[in-house]
Amino acid sequence: MTPILALRDVAVSLGGRRRWLRPSVPPVQAVRGVSLDLAEGEILGVVGESGCGKTTLGRTILGLQRESRGEIRLDGTVVSGLDPRAARRARNAVHYVHQDAAASLDPWWSIGRTLEEALVVQGLRDAAERRARIDEVLAAVGLDASARPRYPHEFSGGQLRRVALARILALRPRVVILDEPTSGLDMSVQAMVLNLLAELRRRYGLTYVFISHDLSVVRRFCDRVAIMYLGRVVELASATEVFAQPRHPYTRALLAASPSLASETRPRAPVPPGEPPSAARLPPGCAFSPRCPHAQPRCREVDPALEQDGRGENACLRWREIAGADDPAMQPA
Amino acid sequence: MLVLRKFLRDIPAVLGAVIVLGVVLLAIFGPWIAPYPEDASASHLLRRLRPPSAAFPFGTDNLGRDIFSRVILGARGALKVSLAVVGAAMAIGVPLGLVAGYGRGILSEAIMRVTDVFLALPQLILALALAQLMGPSVESAMLALALTYWPFFTRIVHTETQRLRNALFVDALQGIGASTPRILFLHILPNILSPIIVRATIGLGFTILVAAVLGFLGMGATPPDPDWGLAVAQSRGYLPNAWWFATFPGLAILVAVLGFNLLGDGLRDLVDPRLRRSR
Repeated sequence: MTPILALRDVAVSLGGRRRWLRPSVPPVQAVRGVSLDLAEGEILGVVGESGCGKTTLGRTILGLQRESRGEIRLDGTVVSGLDPRAARRARNAVHYVHQDAAASLDPWWSIGRTLEEALVVQGLRDAAERRARIDEVLAAVGLDASARPRYPHEFSGGQLRRVALARILALRPRVVILDEPTSGLDMSVQAMVLNLLAELRRRYGLTYVFISHDLSVVRRFCDRVAIMYLGRVVELASATEVFAQPRHPYTRALLAASPSLASETRPRAPVPPGEPPSAARLPPGCAFSPRCPHAQPRCREVDPALEQDGRGENACLRWREIAGADDPAMQPA
Repeated sequence: MLVLRKFLRDIPAVLGAVIVLGVVLLAIFGPWIAPYPEDASASHLLRRLRPPSAAFPFGTDNLGRDIFSRVILGARGALKVSLAVVGAAMAIGVPLGLVAGYGRGILSEAIMRVTDVFLALPQLILALALAQLMGPSVESAMLALALTYWPFFTRIVHTETQRLRNALFVDALQGIGASTPRILFLHILPNILSPIIVRATIGLGFTILVAAVLGFLGMGATPPDPDWGLAVAQSRGYLPNAWWFATFPGLAILVAVLGFNLLGDGLRDLVDPRLRRSR
């Protein structure tokens, strides 16, 4: 089956600027060669620290950020290498839900007008049809038509997430990129939003890219998980496997650092010391090597690529040895 | 309602609003309020330079015209000039500011550098030069003032647009495929309307003042228009004996400009986000 969305070696550099009579600003390598396949109907979690390129990856898939290298296919059709406007048109099946729902709505526009505008922009001319579709999506996210004349500041955070979802749903997307959909919400609202997302996926046959740094939410909600570190996917496997058997030292460290999961996860790895290095000045070799407890000299020379590890993929030169050390089943026979 | 109550507590702003309202009412109903509306052009040489009295509260001028009537009749001209000038300056400055603030390329740089050049020139000098070039008339003064006032709007709109360009709701609009004109005029413009209104209010007062200066220098209104600046200019030869001739048109300028400035300051305090947060 063709994946609905396929990324091959996608890289994004941000910023770089050549200035007149002044030293030029080197670009930041926000995403460095990401390859992913997204099957129709699945939920792919994208996890990593702040600044690891999760959001940039999402915006690149959407088409708002232009990829500097690599190929993106949507339903088998190449949609990369276009200028942002054309790319956005070609990727109309992909939509993005912002992290901060309140700020993603124009405070001067009522909810009804905001929802309607999305349809107008997409070229739906029939006003009656627009109204019908808005009522439908508002009902789908659990709001009623009385929300239409109201303004964003009159809603609570949870309700605004529903509005933001409704806006995207009205455009009939197939792939929805959810940027931190549960951040800043309290636990009960989080659960509500997740249930709603699950229900909408069933109802509309959606595929989700779920960007988050909340590991417990990702574990509960996602089918597969991609762990990102400094613009690279370092581990990619099903959610159960990643949480039960993390292979990459960074994944282990991430799980160990998560307070709610620490007691349940088997491998105890130390919390990585220090901050991730700046994406503008990457260390040579494996980007995680300066913080990695297992790093050896060759880790600082070779930048490992993702390789199959039997249950998914990971990008560590020493994953066999590390896994063997605390898992007797993995010892070489 | 909260906004209105906050505004009503600001006494200078309320005073400014009252003055502005008064000027507007005089401008609209002047010919019906003025005791001698025909004194806009007529002259009565038999009652020249009478001091203030019950019949002529502000006295009469060198042609025997009632100064009180002419001050009232002058409001319409002053307001018309300032509204036209500020309107034209906004029509030029606001779209340029939007385009310059939203784009990042050479075009926006070019717009802002031209704006800087215009800002660097003293407004009055430029207006004088232009008015001189086109011959003295109200129209040329208006054109000159509009051509010198638009950079103030461009500056403000540019800054505000640049701030909003990175706002999440603009990003979301780009995400659903909204066109740039739609984002600029339907979303960014309403969101930056309050600083524009504040600047326009202050600009109205300022324009009344500069228009009066141009009139005084003989570059604006021409006789026998009941222009305040022109009246002050004409009164110079009769000072200090006919003190009322210069004083009352001068006071009219002072009060009108003060009113617009007080109102503008009050509005600025009202829309200042730092003050809004502390409410």
